[in-house]
Amino acid sequence: MPIPTDTLPQPETKLSKEEVLRYSRHLIMPEVGMDGQLKLRRARVLLIGTGGLGAPLGLYLAAAGVGHLGLVDFDVVDFTNLQRQVTFSTSDVGKPKIAAAKARLSGINPSIEIETFETRLTSANALELFRDFDIIVDGTDNFPTRYLVNDACVLLGKPNVYGSIFRFEGQATVFGYPGGPCYRCLYPEPPPPGLVPSCAEGGVLGVLPGIVGAIQAMETIKLILGSGEPLVGRLLLFDALGMRFRELRLRKNPACPLCGEHRTITGLIDYEEFCGIRGEEAAPVTNGIPEITAREMKARLDRGDNLFILDVREPHEFQICNLQGHLIPLGQLPQRVKELDSSREIVVHCRSGKRSAEAIMFLQQAGFRKLWNLKGGVLAWSDEVDPTMPKY
Amino acid sequence: MAVKVLIPTPLRQYAQKQSSVEYNAATVGEALSHLTGAYAGLKKHLYTEDGKIRAFVNVYLNDEDIRFLQRENTQTKDGDTISIVPSIAGGLDE
Repeated sequence: MPIPTDTLPQPETKLSKEEVLRYSRHLIMPEVGMDGQLKLRRARVLLIGTGGLGAPLGLYLAAAGVGHLGLVDFDVVDFTNLQRQVTFSTSDVGKPKIAAAKARLSGINPSIEIETFETRLTSANALELFRDFDIIVDGTDNFPTRYLVNDACVLLGKPNVYGSIFRFEGQATVFGYPGGPCYRCLYPEPPPPGLVPSCAEGGVLGVLPGIVGAIQAMETIKLILGSGEPLVGRLLLFDALGMRFRELRLRKNPACPLCGEHRTITGLIDYEEFCGIRGEEAAPVTNGIPEITAREMKARLDRGDNLFILDVREPHEFQICNLQGHLIPLGQLPQRVKELDSSREIVVHCRSGKRSAEAIMFLQQAGFRKLWNLKGGVLAWSDEVDPTMPKY
Repeated sequence: MAVKVLIPTPLRQYAQKQSSVEYNAATVGEALSHLTGAYAGLKKHLYTEDGKIRAFVNVYLNDEDIRFLQRENTQTKDGDTISIVPSIAGGLDE
């Protein structure tokens, strides 16, 4: 099917009259100018993820006139996204992110070409996908994708604009720049699952990905223009609560297995396995942990069984919804274990069942025997027993 | 020699929500052992079972990574800042 030619970037080395008007605030800056704007139009940038970081990235890169944007995502817009993923409208809930993002970005700038890949980025498709792009920007902010993007970028010699967020703290830098460090130089290995709080436990202030994603967008544009000092060899740390930016030196690690002197990584690997995630799925931490479903628990309570309900979430989560359990946040359990009676049958729960499983392992070591983990946590309770209970 | 240790957000829950603490310490390792002495829960997040700093945690003296200095034996001086910088990933959904 022929593509309408008026939506494609003009092949000639001149901007159209409409483009001159649209980009006039760029064109009157000597750091961009006509040459810079043409570089932006010729640039091919691949965005992995259209979520929190991907939102400002997509919006600003489209608005700036980056001529060819690739979008990779496989997710569907849901209500919890709207607090920070400003590409999407309430009416987009339930739609594929990739379609909603494309519609929004085309609305901002119909003259750019947007290529969508509705797929999960994997070791099988990453090199092929990346090959046609100049710069890769990872907006997914999860460990398996981050190592995958890092490795693929180093193997292909492409810059990788990195950003990461947690609650009210952010990090940004550019990896994979010629002569510069890569993510493995900074962190050779990911944390084992369970040792760092996940997003659902950690939360994130909605503006934070906006700021960090905008920094990634700025670095992407600087790389395209070749102007200014790229954020290479420097890790930018942002503390939104203190409103402070700090910078740490990032060095290329001579012993880096990917980009160091004696490389041992020469191809892509299984990143889910590397990050311990697949193993966790195959052999969940519930090994040896007795589980009770929400329905079973409800039936037993209705029967009048004397179950003690222990909630190991945080007090602010308890405020959102609760099962009228006794609240001891997981982190306080060692100090407060005396509040529990080991002769009683205890159902431990959290939001989804992960923290409660940890709590049970601790309690088992402390000599408790009559323990149940509420499978799926309050989320399952909402799904199976009480649909009026809010989910978060 | 008073040095300041900055505790990152993900680890504050193990340090009574403190964002920074100050210790008298002659080396980075000494400051960190004061820290894990005061907040025992931090230890498993910073060190492996055989006592090495974990591979997903970096420690900086001022703006320099101690892996490129003398690691935990790096000398500190009055007014130095030690930063603990773990890898973070906010987008990892359960």
